[in-house]
This record gives sequence, C-alpha cells and structure tokens, in this order.
Amino acid sequence: MASTVGARPANVRWAIRSLSILACIAAWQVAATYHLNLGVVTFRNVPPPVEVVQSALTLFRSPKLAAHITSSLWRVFAGYGAAVVIGVILGFAIGRSRAASDLLLPPLELLRPIPAVAWIPLSILIFRSSELSMIYITFIGALFPIVLNTVHGVANVDRRLVASARSLGAGELAILTEVVLPDAAPSIVTGLAIGMGTSWFCLVTAEMISGQFGIGYYTWEAYTLQNYADIIVGMLIIGLLGMGSSWLLTTAGRLLMPWRSPKVAR
Amino acid sequence: MNIRVADIGASSVGRIDIADVSISLGEGDHAFEAVRGLGFAIAPGEFVCILGPSGCGKSTLLGALAGHLPVTAGRLTVDGQKIQGPSPDRGVVFQQHTLFPWKRVRDNVAFGPKMRGLARRERDRAADAILKLVGLSGFEAFYPAQLSGGMQQRVEIARVLINQPRVLLMDEPFSALDAQTRGMMQEVLLDIWSKIPTTTVFVTHDIDEALFLADRIVVMSARPGRVIEDIALPFARPRDHELVTEPEFVRLKRHVMQLLRRPEGSEPLARLSPLGVPS
Repeated sequence: MASTVGARPANVRWAIRSLSILACIAAWQVAATYHLNLGVVTFRNVPPPVEVVQSALTLFRSPKLAAHITSSLWRVFAGYGAAVVIGVILGFAIGRSRAASDLLLPPLELLRPIPAVAWIPLSILIFRSSELSMIYITFIGALFPIVLNTVHGVANVDRRLVASARSLGAGELAILTEVVLPDAAPSIVTGLAIGMGTSWFCLVTAEMISGQFGIGYYTWEAYTLQNYADIIVGMLIIGLLGMGSSWLLTTAGRLLMPWRSPKVAR
Repeated sequence: MNIRVADIGASSVGRIDIADVSISLGEGDHAFEAVRGLGFAIAPGEFVCILGPSGCGKSTLLGALAGHLPVTAGRLTVDGQKIQGPSPDRGVVFQQHTLFPWKRVRDNVAFGPKMRGLARRERDRAADAILKLVGLSGFEAFYPAQLSGGMQQRVEIARVLINQPRVLLMDEPFSALDAQTRGMMQEVLLDIWSKIPTTTVFVTHDIDEALFLADRIVVMSARPGRVIEDIALPFARPRDHELVTEPEFVRLKRHVMQLLRRPEGSEPLARLSPLGVPS
C-alpha cells in the first residue's frame, strides 16, 4: 500500500529510480574512459556509453538492422510458434489421458534435463540447413516449459466445474473447450511466458554459432571484428526484443482473460 | 430422448424412486458404505429436505441422483428411467458455487441452452428472463467474482432452472452464507419454487432450514446412512420466517433434535461430497 507511514510521494520515487539508472550509466562512462582495471575484471576494452549511442545511431541508419531483426524475429516466430502448437496439444493429451501420459511423458522426461543449447551440435548435424537447426533450437527451448505448464493446468482443472458442466448438458468436446481450456489458461500463459524467455536465449546462442544474419550473429560478429561498441548495441537490442515479446504476451493474456483482472478478481 | 417439462405438463414429471439403494465410496482398504438400504419415493413437484448429521451420506445420495456417483445396490429412477450419468434433466446446486469464473453472469446462465444448440439471441433472452425471476436484473454483464455469495447462488439456481429440469438437487446450498443472507435466500428459493414448481431434493444439516423449506423431511442416521424417520410437514404456504416461532414448528424441531442427538462422546464425521470422497 502506498499509504504506509513515511512513504514518499510518487514523483519523488520516480526521480530516485531515474537517478539510479543515470548513476549506473555515469559509473560506466567513468570506468570506460579511465580504463578501470580491477584485476579480475577490466574495462580496458569496454566502450563508453557515448560511443555505444553513436554506434546505435549508425546501425539504425543502415539497412542491415532490419535484416538482422527480421531474420531473428522470423526464427523465433517459427520455432516458438511450433512449440506453442505442439506443446499445448501434447500438454492437453498428457493432462487429460492416462494412456497418453504413459506413452508420451517418459521420453519427454528423459529429454527435459538436457539444456536446449546442448542440442546445437546435434541439430546442426540433423538438419540440412543451418536455418532449420536454429529454428529447432528455439523450438526445443520453448517446448518443455509450455508442455509442463499446460499439463499442470489441465490436470488440475477443478473437477467440480467439470461435474457441473456435465450436469448442464456438456459433452466431452464442450468440456475441453468450455471448461478445461479456460480453467488451464492462466497456467498455459505462464508456460508461454517462460517459453518465450528461453526461446530468445536459445536463438541468440544458436545464431552466434551458426547464423549468417540475426541479432545474435550481429553481436558475435561485432566481437570478432573488434567493433566493441556494437557488442553492447546488440545486447541492448536483444534485451528490447525479449522485453517487447513478453509485453505482447502479457497484454494478450490480459485481453484474453478479462476475468483475471484485478478489477474483477477480488 | 430429453423430453422437456414444457412438453409434458409440469404436474406429472419429476417423480423420484429410491429402492433399496446402497452406495459404497473409496477404494481398497479405504472403502466404506456411505448409505445402506435407502428406500423412499418423492412425488412430482414435492419439496423434500434430507436431514442428517455430517458424513451420513445425504450428499452421497444426492450425487447418485445427479448421476455423478454409481449405486452399488438397488435402483434409482426418475420418472421410471434409470439414472445413468449426469443430465440437464437433473439440475445440481452445490454448497460452494460452481459458476465458470471466465463467463459473465448471462453466459453462465445461458450455458445449458448453448449446449442444446440454441442461437445466441434466443439463449440470451432466456437467460435474462430467468435472471429477472431470481432478482438479478442489471447484473447480466458481471463476472461471478464480482457478486456476493448470495447472488452467486441465485445465478447458480437460475443456470440450473433454465434447463427446465425434472428435479432440482441442492447440496447444502446456503450453508456457506451468513445467517441473514441464508434466511433471505430461503425465502427467495421458495418464491422461485412457487413460480417454477419443480421436484426439489434439498440436503441440509440445519433443522430450522429443513422445517422452513420442505413439504417433507427425510431424517437419516449416522454412517452408514439409513432413513430413521419420514416426516410430512403441516405448514401452509406461502411461508415467511414468522413460522419459526409457531408452537408446532418448535415441537417438530425439538423432536428432530432428539432424533439427531449424537451419542455422548462421539466425534462428528468428515463431510462427504456429491462427487465422492473429498480428495
């Protein structure tokens, strides 16, 4: 609550928050200009923020930016999209049917502990194009959180609601679409959000290894070409893309589940 | 298959026959007999309260009537047809509401008609009409979480009655409400029931509630539940809460309390649910 004793007015708090960010940037500027050397970590090769802004402006004016971003977005769209479709279907099957759970869950449980990035070498061998192998890495990264959260949501559906729907004349299909899906939706959306995060993480890693375009490739290329300011530009763009996609997800979740808004749920 | 009440005439449907019914719950070592050898009939349009101590299997019987629990012995029929699974012909109202949190009040009420394939305009009109009957006009676009407990149970009743069921099955529907709301909801229910006369089986452990609502009270013993007395109530309708101070009401209340007195030192049993043993 904002009304606790000693609470500061909102604008003062915002001022403090802004100052905190500015202080970090200032510290970075000082450390970079004076080539601060702390023994274990050195700022000798770190470009100052001013240089990063200049590099960013150059990149924004060049046509390369759009190419990098669209190829990254396309890979995430394809890999993550496939993970959503397959993950939700698998999750429903495993969560609703004991037979499907016995059949599908053991191999998934075996593969689950393997981090998605560990798939990179094998996926390069399996897929004919590096494009497909990168999409696969993105897919496998998002798949498990989506499957597991869907299973969780579907298996924990309120059985009183299901019984009630049956007493009102709902058949099996209607139970799935009218009760199980909306009741599991919050859990599914949680899985989608976690999956989105791992998806970007895996994509950037995959692009650094086998990409020709893409924002991860751009960042790694900047390192190999010793354009150190561009490394940080790449990092910031990756952060912005991740932030944007999770914002899209939470907004979509809010629009699709209006009954969960704080105004309704008391 | 599903003959609607309107097609037949309200006075002749909704007869319930319970013949030598036993129901076992639980699995393996935890199995137990919830009710044993129950036998009574309920006439079309009758309002019957099943009264008994906690855990006596009255909710179990209700669950079997709803089609959510199978009987282990005996026969349960509604209008001569054996009960096989849940049906909109037998509406159920639970103790805690089971409204869909993601549907607005109107869409919750219109759920049954939607399942029957009614077009949106028709089912919305039907839902609005029955919401008016239960006194909830103006709340059609609310979500269940925005309503009070009493209003949620009114929506629940409307959602069941829109299907024109042969029987209305209620499992302690007002026991989670505060005393004042409970009294009001009892009057609301009798008012709705006078407008839509439906055979009603109302499970409760509240003696006052049973005496106030019912035409007839079936009193059950502790587990395994059996019928210990079947009492026809003489009170005229319409009723209001003045009734509870009348000498005959007080006399019957004292009599039922005597019947339900727990043996010295025994502990009450855990509540059962119409869906079986609570997990």
